[in-house]
Amino acid sequence: MNDHLLPKIPLGHWIDLFIQFITNNFEGFFGQIASGLAGFVELLVTAFEFITPIGFIILFTAIAFWRRGWGVALFTLLGLALIYDLGYWHNAMQTFSLVVTSVVLSIVIGLPLGIIAGINNTFKSIITPILDLLQTMPSFVYLIPAIFLFGTGMAPGVVATIIFAIPPTIRLTNLGIRQVPEDLVEASESFGSTTMQKLFKVQLPLSMPTIMAGINQSIMLALSMVVVASLVGAPGLGADVNFAVTSLRTDIGFEAGIAIVIIAIMLDRISQNTRSKKQ
Amino acid sequence: MNKIDVKNITKVFGKNPKRAVDMLKQGLKKPEIFKKTGMTVGVNQADFHVKEGEIFVIMGLSGSGKSTLVRLLNRLIEPTSGEIHIDGQDITKMNKQDLRQVRQKKISMVFQRFALFPHRTILENTEYGLEIQGMGKDERRKKAMKALELVGLKGYEHQNPNELSGGMQQRVGLARALASDTDILLMDEAFSALDPLIRKDMQNELLDLQSDMHKTIVFITHDLDEALRIGDRIALMRDGSIVQVGTPEEIMMNPANRYVEKFVEDVDMSKVIVASNIMIRPETILIDRGPRVALQLMRDEGISSIYAIDKGKKFLGIISADDALDATKTGKSCREIVKEIGTVKPDTLLNDLFEDMNHSPVPLPVVDDEGRLRGIVKRAEIIAALSGDQDALNGNEVKL
Repeated sequence: MNDHLLPKIPLGHWIDLFIQFITNNFEGFFGQIASGLAGFVELLVTAFEFITPIGFIILFTAIAFWRRGWGVALFTLLGLALIYDLGYWHNAMQTFSLVVTSVVLSIVIGLPLGIIAGINNTFKSIITPILDLLQTMPSFVYLIPAIFLFGTGMAPGVVATIIFAIPPTIRLTNLGIRQVPEDLVEASESFGSTTMQKLFKVQLPLSMPTIMAGINQSIMLALSMVVVASLVGAPGLGADVNFAVTSLRTDIGFEAGIAIVIIAIMLDRISQNTRSKKQ
Repeated sequence: MNKIDVKNITKVFGKNPKRAVDMLKQGLKKPEIFKKTGMTVGVNQADFHVKEGEIFVIMGLSGSGKSTLVRLLNRLIEPTSGEIHIDGQDITKMNKQDLRQVRQKKISMVFQRFALFPHRTILENTEYGLEIQGMGKDERRKKAMKALELVGLKGYEHQNPNELSGGMQQRVGLARALASDTDILLMDEAFSALDPLIRKDMQNELLDLQSDMHKTIVFITHDLDEALRIGDRIALMRDGSIVQVGTPEEIMMNPANRYVEKFVEDVDMSKVIVASNIMIRPETILIDRGPRVALQLMRDEGISSIYAIDKGKKFLGIISADDALDATKTGKSCREIVKEIGTVKPDTLLNDLFEDMNHSPVPLPVVDDEGRLRGIVKRAEIIAALSGDQDALNGNEVKL
């Protein structure tokens, strides 16, 4: 509005003030979260390094074989070997640890929220617009307040990644719970189940395939976000890509990019739930 | 004693149910209330009781509110107003915890589409109710196996529900309900999803089981034949209201209004009317009288044979005029010339009377369980009753 018919609403200023308020008053709290998150990621990196690349490759090839069979196992074996060969192993482990941390926290936070949304209509109507907002907001925007609250490095990356990756887990958990046939829920209630018994014995087992689809999507989103998170200093393959872009290095850009694609496909196939174990 | 006492229970679906309840009390009907307020009346001031050990059938077309009504009985649907007493306790006033106790210990339910848990085996499905109660694994397995045996599914316990046919799946549904050993069984169109032959088998099996178990069963159906077959008493529903409650005979013979009449008129009478409905008074002779008396009685009535009984009204056989005449010459007593013939019971269906009629030289004697002669059935009455002639009926009230 250049004609100044209406004064500009200082929306940006308000948000600024809000973040400042939080930073000033809860700095210690967020500082602790930040160091906790960073510590956890570092621990994972150390663990993955400890089992050596060979150990890691064998472990994930085995998991891929168990989950999906020969094809995916072979891909995992060759893909991880390629990452090692190209010399991106350490950075790949950092990216991997960031993804695992973010996804685990997404599930820990998202699953209960999804369950509540699946049971309670009021909560669902509150959380749905929030999820819409989270998913449509350009992902870079999350990085700015994250820096204020958590500084630079691992922690803001993880937090921004969780915010970006959590919506599918919440949405599909909600959907899965709501898709359980009404008469099965009624049957469970008619025998005098408590809400928890109904949830754990009937609703959750029956919505597992849908929930797994949500977690799979969250993993993919997390992987794409940890690359973006390199902008706030999160280490890993994203940092390589970032460096390649800023210094116009096509070779590094593609090598790191391919490493990301390999991890993405591997994680996607392993976490997909195509084979239903019980009929 | 009444196991279930339903007092003036109403369920309205909509935003302001209290307003609809007031309108119902003023005598407005379901369609009018829907037109005026957009609210749907599920059940309108239903008032009935279910006696301990009986099969109480609630019958109505789809949309008549019968499925809503049965769900009010265990509060799967919350009633808008009214009271439901189970063993004297008003469950509409109970808190959640007490209600769960009632559902665990007193009422179990069988569903139209079986509602088996697909992620559990047959055995795990059957033991669900017991598992919820926190019963130990060994004990509940034992009880579940017993219930499965009762419904003839021993050997299937480790299969998954989708490996079983519809009829077998509903047996699991029944076993699951029986395993909790509750006094009351709610069966919501339990056999409606089964094909007709299987359905009939299941009805018979339910009656068999019931003769041992003496549960209090509330059975929902839209099928009058099914209601007549298994119901001790039947409640007919329309637009959420109970139109008539009565034994199958009462409903068949004295429909309360046009709606019930229309329901009833398609029913095959031969499956409803029994021997005692059409029997007439026989000519009898005490066995201790002489053959001359017998002959005289037959002459007076213009008949060629007479039914012989003893002092306790016990049926002994028939004495024909020819034999009686011979006996007067040879000096035989009535006991020596009486001939045994086939008899029918008071509750023999019209359908089955036909067959017996063909083999009998005389009108069929109707003999009760104590062996007493209650009446006789003539061919003409059977045919008249079959053709729907109400005059053929003697007004006797008999249980199906």
